[in-house]
Amino acid sequence: MTHPPVPELFNGEVIARADIPVMAIATLRQVTIEHAGTGGYLSALFAVPQGDCFRIYAVLSDPDREQIKVLAADVAEAYPALTPDCWAANWFEREIFEQTGLCPQGHSWLKPLRFQPSIRGATAATIGVTDFFSMSGEEVHEVAVGPVHAGVIEPGHFRFQCYGETVHHLEISLGYQHRGVERALIGGPNLRTLHYMQTLAGDSTVGHASAYCLAAEALCDSQISHAAETIRTVAGELERLANHIGDLGAMAGDVGFLPTLNYCGRIRGDVLNLTALLCGNRFGRGLVTPGGVRYGIDDARRERLMQGLEAVEKDLQSAVPLMFDAPSVMARFEGTGILTADLAHRIGLIGPAGRSCGLSYDVRNRFPYSAYRFDTVPVVTYPSGDCFARAYVRWLEIEQSISFIRRQLSATDLEDVKPKPLSAFRPDSLVVTLVEGWRGEICHVAATDSRSRFAFYKVVDPSFHNWFGLALALRGQQISDFPLCNKSFNLSYCGHDL
Amino acid sequence: MRWGLLHVLFALVSAPLLAGVINRTKAFFGGRHGPSFFQLYYDIFKLLRKDAVYSRTTSWIFRTAPPIELAAVLLALLFTPLGSTAAWLCFQGDLLLVVYALGLMRFMIISAALDTGSAFEGMGASREAQLSALAEVALLVALLAVAAFTKSFSLSAFAAQAWAAGLVWPANAILPLVSAALLVVLLAENARLPFDDPNTHLELTMIHEAMILDHCGVDLAFIEYGSALKMWILSAILVSMALPLRASSSLLNFATGLGAMVIVALLVGYIESVMARLRLIRTPQLLVTAGVLSFLAVMVAMR
Repeated sequence: MTHPPVPELFNGEVIARADIPVMAIATLRQVTIEHAGTGGYLSALFAVPQGDCFRIYAVLSDPDREQIKVLAADVAEAYPALTPDCWAANWFEREIFEQTGLCPQGHSWLKPLRFQPSIRGATAATIGVTDFFSMSGEEVHEVAVGPVHAGVIEPGHFRFQCYGETVHHLEISLGYQHRGVERALIGGPNLRTLHYMQTLAGDSTVGHASAYCLAAEALCDSQISHAAETIRTVAGELERLANHIGDLGAMAGDVGFLPTLNYCGRIRGDVLNLTALLCGNRFGRGLVTPGGVRYGIDDARRERLMQGLEAVEKDLQSAVPLMFDAPSVMARFEGTGILTADLAHRIGLIGPAGRSCGLSYDVRNRFPYSAYRFDTVPVVTYPSGDCFARAYVRWLEIEQSISFIRRQLSATDLEDVKPKPLSAFRPDSLVVTLVEGWRGEICHVAATDSRSRFAFYKVVDPSFHNWFGLALALRGQQISDFPLCNKSFNLSYCGHDL
Repeated sequence: MRWGLLHVLFALVSAPLLAGVINRTKAFFGGRHGPSFFQLYYDIFKLLRKDAVYSRTTSWIFRTAPPIELAAVLLALLFTPLGSTAAWLCFQGDLLLVVYALGLMRFMIISAALDTGSAFEGMGASREAQLSALAEVALLVALLAVAAFTKSFSLSAFAAQAWAAGLVWPANAILPLVSAALLVVLLAENARLPFDDPNTHLELTMIHEAMILDHCGVDLAFIEYGSALKMWILSAILVSMALPLRASSSLLNFATGLGAMVIVALLVGYIESVMARLRLIRTPQLLVTAGVLSFLAVMVAMR
């Protein structure tokens, strides 16, 4: 099938919207399916209004060739669904259907994703009310959990179809955290934009803020100082550390292993305090800003950071191996919630969850940005795809992060980082930025109109790719292992619901 | 008799303290200060002052279950010895009464859970029924092993006579087998690790806690207090069977028994601090192991 040549972009490269080839939807479908079938990832798939019809954009990232492609096709009413041949498109097409009313024909699962009103004005379905899968027969029962959860976590609804204690199917219904962020970003940037970015998913504040800032800086051809880039990546790694440590502790807690739970809870707090040392906020709010970072690191604080990091590392070395050495813990982790590498890639699993299935995709390594361009972080993978792999990959990443932060802090002068004010954005342009948040690839697609304002802004949180992975990991498992599997993915509800 | 009555009074007052000791032990291993030793007392008093709320799907079973549970466990307490101190009441065959009074308690709690019609409670009830069916065998057979050895079907008789002869064959073989089986039963019956996680807030993994999700107020206070007494009873039975000591003074016997109770609580706290919970599907294997140990003890005793 012939189609216009598709420009290949690097991470954060601006392309004029006129240069994006608009092809027939059948061609877009074909290219995307081939791309996904040959090791590529579908970073985003979305539709935006274009005159009387809608324009579907597909963002394809190819980790092997380290290149990003953006495709477009115009669709008026219905189009042949990608999902049957490219499973990674599943939730994207549900989103398109819900937001625009475009019907992906052949998609077997067109249910509301967030229960939000469509752009065309159709009213939203009542949240949580939809057709769920059902099973019938002797000893078959259904367990509904949520949206109100037992712990202090976010709301989401889970339906388990069980045969005795065995889960046949888990259906996840989200949308309770939908705030309409993408819609609110149109017409920006304005004073609110950065704050929306920092709160897309509160635990990925630095990740999302960095992705936005990279996009904003690219759109106005601005270069930020190396010191600012370094501080951004250090803050991003501290975010990864804090969350990974918290997850390891929480996984230990879910199997009732108290020592690691107790210590990791405390150590996570210590790491958050290191972030607070950088910027005064434990979650990194207000640190990353378009044009650089707000706060530099002087020698005294660098020293305190180094000392704090050393203490954290020492405590971790006694708390975490304890868990991996305990046979009772390993008996719970190993073989629980297995996803094969093939399945993981077909559904587009990313981040530590994907790397635990042996997929070697890490944005920091394949699409390096900021300081990762000068100092690579090795990709950590583990082949088994079970809860142990997800815990162990986190542990290895923690070790890598600590040594990366050390290298960054010792190498450069980080004191003088006054952010440069940005000029106006390039009009009628589009930029894709990829950032490795602690959950995986964060994808932001920003497009400007002729007045240099955001015509649309698409955010894909890693959770959006991975929720379906959790549902599949649960198949054939014990229902009592769900909390452990859930924690081993630890996905974001608000990042998904936006 | 006097000491037996004292034991009943002591148990009524200090049963919730065992949970305090366990929690403080866990806190110690976790590097935390932990809740007060008397936290469960506070909780029970708080619940006693609260009204109960009843779901419209529940029937009279749900409301009558908590008092019956408490009555059943109180009945069992009257026949429970502590170490070498005989129970307040005893007769030939009281071991069956104790085991099945605890069985009645469990039956009522499971019935009340099923009565709510909630998916969580139904799952909890199903798991509890499966576990207790195995735990009951292990408990009963362990006690029968001692009965076969002492030629008496009274729990108090074991306490008074069992180890009086000293640790000679076959007592020295029965003792570790029965103690191990009873310890496993103690952990399973009281919803402790590695069978159940008393601290979890995750309904899908709960056993005991899932069954009492819908209870509140006085009903929950009865259940919590009843569970504390059950913990006391099973610990006391373990102490009575496992403590091969008999002093000449009743006071010393009683004090030794109480000391051993604290040691059991410390041991449970230690176990919970150092190991993870078993996968739910594996828990029956551990209980079957306990049952096998009990049978082995019977064979040794009847040899």
